Amino acid sequence: MNIPSGSAPPGGAPPHDARLAPALRVSDLRKTYDTGVEALKSVSLDVAPGDFYALLGPNGAGKSTLIGIVSSLVNKSSGTVEVFGTDLDADRSGAMRLLGLVPQELNFNMFEKPLDICVNYAGYYGIPRAQALLRAEEELKRAQLWDKADKMSRTLSGGMKRRLMIARAMMTRPRLLILDEPTAGVDIEIRRGMWKTLKEINAAGTTIILTTHYLEEAESLCRNLAIIDNGRIVEEGPMRTLLAKLDVEGFLFDVDGMLPAQLPQIEGATLIASDDHTLDMDMPRAMDLNRVFAAFEAAGIRVRSMRTKSNRLEELFVRLTGKPDAQDLTDKDVQMPRAALHSLPSQEAQELTDKDVLMPRAQDAQERRA
Amino acid sequence: MSNVMSNATSEPSIARKNLVALGTIVRREIMRILRIWGQTLMPPAITMTLYFLIFGGLIGSRVGQMDGIRYMDFIVPGLVMMSVIQNSYGNISSSFFGAKFGRHIEELLVSPMPNWVILLGYVSGAVLRGLIVGAIVLCVAMLFTKVRIPHPLVMLSSVLLGATIFSLAGFVNAVYAKKFDDIAIVPTFILTPLTYLGGVFYSVKLLPDWAEAATHANPIFYMVNAFRYGLLGVSDVSMWTAYALMLGFVVALGGLALWLLKRGIGMRS
Repeated sequence: MNIPSGSAPPGGAPPHDARLAPALRVSDLRKTYDTGVEALKSVSLDVAPGDFYALLGPNGAGKSTLIGIVSSLVNKSSGTVEVFGTDLDADRSGAMRLLGLVPQELNFNMFEKPLDICVNYAGYYGIPRAQALLRAEEELKRAQLWDKADKMSRTLSGGMKRRLMIARAMMTRPRLLILDEPTAGVDIEIRRGMWKTLKEINAAGTTIILTTHYLEEAESLCRNLAIIDNGRIVEEGPMRTLLAKLDVEGFLFDVDGMLPAQLPQIEGATLIASDDHTLDMDMPRAMDLNRVFAAFEAAGIRVRSMRTKSNRLEELFVRLTGKPDAQDLTDKDVQMPRAALHSLPSQEAQELTDKDVLMPRAQDAQERRA
Repeated sequence: MSNVMSNATSEPSIARKNLVALGTIVRREIMRILRIWGQTLMPPAITMTLYFLIFGGLIGSRVGQMDGIRYMDFIVPGLVMMSVIQNSYGNISSSFFGAKFGRHIEELLVSPMPNWVILLGYVSGAVLRGLIVGAIVLCVAMLFTKVRIPHPLVMLSSVLLGATIFSLAGFVNAVYAKKFDDIAIVPTFILTPLTYLGGVFYSVKLLPDWAEAATHANPIFYMVNAFRYGLLGVSDVSMWTAYALMLGFVVALGGLALWLLKRGIGMRS
């Protein structure tokens, strides 16, 4: 059952109010790990209140480090972070009260029930238990997990675990919600459901920052984006403006019959035969498609159907980072290294082995099927 | 459907929020102890019953008296304190390291609660387990001997301080631990020898001079003796020295634990 987000904007902040401080302001942020790896090299960005903001970049670009610093899980080397004007260094608690995090990797106790996970999480923020229980019901229903509220969370499927992390983050009604690849490893149906939930949350006034490897996801959800590569922001701005920068568009034409041996020459366009029945064409965005069809007509090529060659954001991403989009996460959504558990020595460690640790991957897959 | 948000009224104070956060951690720790009672509460009861049977009943009857006290009575305080220390230490080291290993420690690190609340929550849980186990062992002891408790305040305060010290020590161990072996090494190679050499089973007066002097460098010796004074009215050390040392350890280890949390050592990159 889906519950519309009927609650007031978290913290009472109206979206898109220019008078408010940015939901997130990062200034000259740098991070060098002890290993000497320079993960962030002077990153600065502003995210407006109410925005749905995408943070894109290839693996190892610095996205998770940036999110880690903002959520105080990673110590910065220098720079400043402000959440709705609250400086992280001056008032960490104040900043954290405004922020909700859905991390990339599962980070709840697999041996607790979803209800307990949500209620305890709210408790850490000082929300009394009675109030937390009511909120947990609301959030778990919105995440379609209410019927699993009293099941051990390790028995949830991968998609359910991801939704549980969103429900948990929403327990504190954050004004800024940061999601680090929230849909990684979930099937398309669940992903679309999560998009709907995130749109509802954003529409209710929560600013959302999203990192994702699914560029289609960013393009359909986000209004603004930053592309980070090698620890630097390489592009930032409104999605439409950035996509408009692409001056080349690609199309695939399915044709009736065999393609002629000699393809027509169209000035400004590049035409390649993908196979005997498919034409692959790159052309300037300003170019008139009628000219293309006229050339096809003259060459005796009859077009049966045409489609855009690739995701536009993907084009931009590849152009800016010089890398193809990374594949879906495979090993990131099931975490705990089981091998490490086989050598548990003490009684207390056994306690962990038996009760408090982990999740066979095969079992997870089985649960998904169930 | 309930909508609490719209019913929310005045914002609770920071102190009230911290109290709720503290209560949440303590409650969660207690639920953990009770959920796995077969591994947290039962083993010490069984082990100590065997100690009482073998050392107190069978061997103790041939030992006779220690410091003018029946041997069975003499070992009761030491065995209770040993259980308290080991269980407090084990509880916090496994619980906190488990949270690090399972990454759910991040739930606490991203929350607005101050570090002292996190530390106090975990320490309270560990102390509670130590006290529950101590009470169980004391009940088992009552099956074998009469327990009078001439100085109940000394008994309670010394057991509380002992549990707190080793909870803090277990926390520091868990902070630095990178694998499960790391939380087993300290109890095996440091805690157990110190406990057994801390006067649990004998009076230090039996030792040669050098060994007696060395025993005075063992903090567990002072805890066992303070507890023994509370339970039996005899001790190998002055109570002032014992309390000063125990309080000193609480302050030093507490300060170290808070500093580790502030720096995020072992927790934040």
